[in-house]
Amino acid sequence: MDGTIALFLIQDGITNGAIYALLAVALVLVFAVTRVILIPQGDFVTFGGLSLAALEMGRVPGSVAMLLALAAGAMVMDLVAARHDFRAKRIGAILLRTLVPAGLISGAVVLLAPLQLGPAVSILLTACLVIPMGPYLYRIAFQPLARASVLVLLIASVGAHLAMTGLGLVFFGAEGYRTAPLIDANFQIGPLFVSAQSLLVIGATVVLLVLLSVFFGRTLIGKALRASAINQRGARIVGISTELSGRVAFAMAAAIGIVSAILIAPLTTLYYDSGFLIGLKGFVAAIIGGLSAYVPAVGAAFALGIVESFSSFWASAFKEVIVFMSILPILLWRSIWSPPHDDEEE
Amino acid sequence: MYLRFAAAGLAALAFTVPASAEINVCVTVSATGPAASLGVPQNNTVPFLPTEMGGETVNYVVFDDATDPTAAVKNVRKCIEEENADIIIGSSATPASMALAGIAAETKTPVIPLAPIKLEGDGGHWAFPMPQPNTQMAGALLEHMQANDVKTLGFLGYSDAFGEQFLNAMQAQLDGTDIKLGPVERFARTDTSVTGQVLKLVSANPDAILIVASGTPAALPNLTLAERGYKGQIYQTHGAASKDFLRVAGKAAEGTILPVGPIVVAGQLPDDNSTKALGVQYTKDYEAANGEGSLSSFGGHMFDAGQVLKAAVAQAADSGAEPGTPEYRAALRDVLATLKEVPGVHAVFNTTDDSHYGHDERSRVLVVVKNGDWKYMQ
Repeated sequence: MDGTIALFLIQDGITNGAIYALLAVALVLVFAVTRVILIPQGDFVTFGGLSLAALEMGRVPGSVAMLLALAAGAMVMDLVAARHDFRAKRIGAILLRTLVPAGLISGAVVLLAPLQLGPAVSILLTACLVIPMGPYLYRIAFQPLARASVLVLLIASVGAHLAMTGLGLVFFGAEGYRTAPLIDANFQIGPLFVSAQSLLVIGATVVLLVLLSVFFGRTLIGKALRASAINQRGARIVGISTELSGRVAFAMAAAIGIVSAILIAPLTTLYYDSGFLIGLKGFVAAIIGGLSAYVPAVGAAFALGIVESFSSFWASAFKEVIVFMSILPILLWRSIWSPPHDDEEE
Repeated sequence: MYLRFAAAGLAALAFTVPASAEINVCVTVSATGPAASLGVPQNNTVPFLPTEMGGETVNYVVFDDATDPTAAVKNVRKCIEEENADIIIGSSATPASMALAGIAAETKTPVIPLAPIKLEGDGGHWAFPMPQPNTQMAGALLEHMQANDVKTLGFLGYSDAFGEQFLNAMQAQLDGTDIKLGPVERFARTDTSVTGQVLKLVSANPDAILIVASGTPAALPNLTLAERGYKGQIYQTHGAASKDFLRVAGKAAEGTILPVGPIVVAGQLPDDNSTKALGVQYTKDYEAANGEGSLSSFGGHMFDAGQVLKAAVAQAADSGAEPGTPEYRAALRDVLATLKEVPGVHAVFNTTDDSHYGHDERSRVLVVVKNGDWKYMQ
């Protein structure tokens, strides 16, 4: 190995690590606010990437049906919850936040998809399709369990992931797709060939991380999310709705998933089931950050990306083994030096 | 899922007198699940299977096993019990096919797997797989390497059974030649990047690199090698022989050489090729029913199963056994092991007790990717 190869590997590692960092941040966010370990996070990435690829080819993506199904599910849950209080106004409000937006988005996508209006419109449509899935998923699978233990929530999360993967196969098919790069250019920096897309990945990740920290530090809703993360009961007492913060957290997770999807879909081929492994690596990074701290999780994600790229060079047959084993010493160290985490605050 | 495909029309049924003279074929394919890209074209091929063999009507009962060996076994047990099946065809992927071979031995019913399986024990006695064995494909690549002065061969393959088996087959072929294998690198179907492996291969700069993968994930090494400016010959395997591979790999696939069953380039074969006539006909029928460019080589194995079965039924009639009886199933198995020059779209089958695959060098051709399509190489 010489210096050039090492530079290549570091570059590859940082590009992958940037994606893991985004997913780790989403996982930490959702866990802190709702105590859900969001295994379907990776599915948001694949659905985003596959929807974008379908829109690029001028097809109506399968996520339209998926969005409608989830919205219908959320509507039924809301109607059942409101069964003792059936007033026209209340039913209207339920329809307004479930089927109506989903229907409008689906209609817009069906009309606009065959026109192939270019990458900006495709990205916008993908975002409109996938981001609402987050809150709907929360409404269906997690809101009824909001007071359950972390373990029950984890089981629900695994179930939601399996269901979403199965639906992904039905709606997108078994074959993989990749999208055209947003910027098709290469630069030479010293001995390194750097593709514009990989710079974009790193740049977008850094910008998004900065925006998130501003959001949590400066905006009312960001502060409310932080409050629910620190102490849910206290947050409820001062009037922060658990349900609202749950929905916002899931919507943000789906949005982060979309950003990751747009960034990696041109670099790798996405399949209906590739989200799990990508999400798992984000999860490893989030675990290293103790599922509560953003900065260590981001640092761990970049380190993980670099470990992965070096191990694929030295011992490709054992790559995943090395990546997932690297978490063990860190967990051991954490369990010795950190106080036990109080899962059950209620 | 229980798709009953009444092979014979109502009219035919009305005139066929005794029900026992019908041959019942139990088909299980993976029309959903991870092997769906294999199972779907196989499922679509069922309507093109012969519905009459040697004067007997043939009934196909088709099941979907969702790429699950347990479901495949359940389907076949049910089918043997309820339909008194004479023969089993399936399944699409290796694990389920292995499981069916076990059932075949237990119920003494011959089985035609559509995936390459290792023939051993009692299951091996009753199984007659359709696809080309890996050694056949590796042999075709070796001939091309020797003809083109390849001295060093890099390897980048799946870290699973397919990658391992092909590597073993290739290594066995390379023993005794002057071609050196290395570096040997692995990747997984779900990997998002193979930069590390490709850097190692490119820095060793072998004369050629063999990529062993299947479907669209096979495109990732091609794309990364092109990105790193690798100039040597790239070989793929028949696992990559799908239109989706060409779509994803795009320009990076140009010049890649792979061994495939002749059906992939049926129209380009020389006229004296024994698989050409059937292959062209099947391509035409299949694409008329399923759309232009929809043909997949995997569906061809189902078609071949029909051809092989037809030849076997004609011979089994001499045994005097009636369809639906254990004697008939045993007779069918015996003639399946003594087929002579039965043409299909993938091969001309010559089976013996030692070679249930029955393939020879006519079952593979080399193709090169040119202008985003397969081109037959002389």
